[in-house]
Amino acid sequence: MADHRLKPITPLGHDAPHSVTIGPVTITEVVDTALASLAARLGEAKAVADIAETAGIPLPPPGKAAKAATYAAFWLSPDMWMVEAPFATHEDIVSVLKPHFGEAASITEQTDAWARFDVTGADLPAMFERLCNFDLRAHGPGSATRTVIEHLGCYVVIRAEGHLSVIGPRSSAASVFHALETAARSAF
Amino acid sequence: MIINHPLLGPRDAQEFTYLGDAALIDRPDGLSFPDATAAQDAFHDYLYLRDNPAGEHRELWYHEQGDRSWLVVTRNTVTHEITKVELARDVARARGRSK
Repeated sequence: MADHRLKPITPLGHDAPHSVTIGPVTITEVVDTALASLAARLGEAKAVADIAETAGIPLPPPGKAAKAATYAAFWLSPDMWMVEAPFATHEDIVSVLKPHFGEAASITEQTDAWARFDVTGADLPAMFERLCNFDLRAHGPGSATRTVIEHLGCYVVIRAEGHLSVIGPRSSAASVFHALETAARSAF
Repeated sequence: MIINHPLLGPRDAQEFTYLGDAALIDRPDGLSFPDATAAQDAFHDYLYLRDNPAGEHRELWYHEQGDRSWLVVTRNTVTHEITKVELARDVARARGRSK
């Protein structure tokens, strides 16, 4: 194999994850998570649920996210979830998941399709009511949804009180980051 | 306008796109007709003929900026009042249209 001297860059094009603090909130690029979508094939919903439980992969109900020891997941659509795992150990996440599920589920790698920004701090609803339709005041930790931010379909996952992730299309990472920064400056 | 998604709860209509009359679910089976002309007539009616009621209307909406599910929304075209929202998948299955 050719010896490629390639240098990995973050979605925003930096060597290391970029972070900015505006007032009480900090917006940080997160690159240590591998992603894969998991869709139960027709009639295999029960089998997929059983396998996932054995493998330690949480499969939360609609509008929710859940976390287990190694894996975390959030709901995408009926019988479909996004599975998150540590990038260091699960870089090739499909080859890790596929042996568990076999023909019961369709699994697609999503890691490099998305840019994840974690937003931490107090009073996040004041920032996100300027950004999207998702009402943070009405949803607590463990909620996750897809919504529109800056005309882009993004996932918002509430990890804990004062900590959420915005997962947007990687090819528009700079636009998502700009929108988050602008909303934070406007709110605080 | 707010659409009360059966799985996700109330969502802004901005997140949805509109397709049209829910009768689109009842696509004729071309092979079930005695001859090609009858099949053609059935497809003509399916494709081009729509009721245009002033009142209750069942229509297909797509949650494009959400979970991408198809919904059958029963909406009053005069008042815009939404009385019922179902997953199109469930509606189609109830009619034996899908697996």
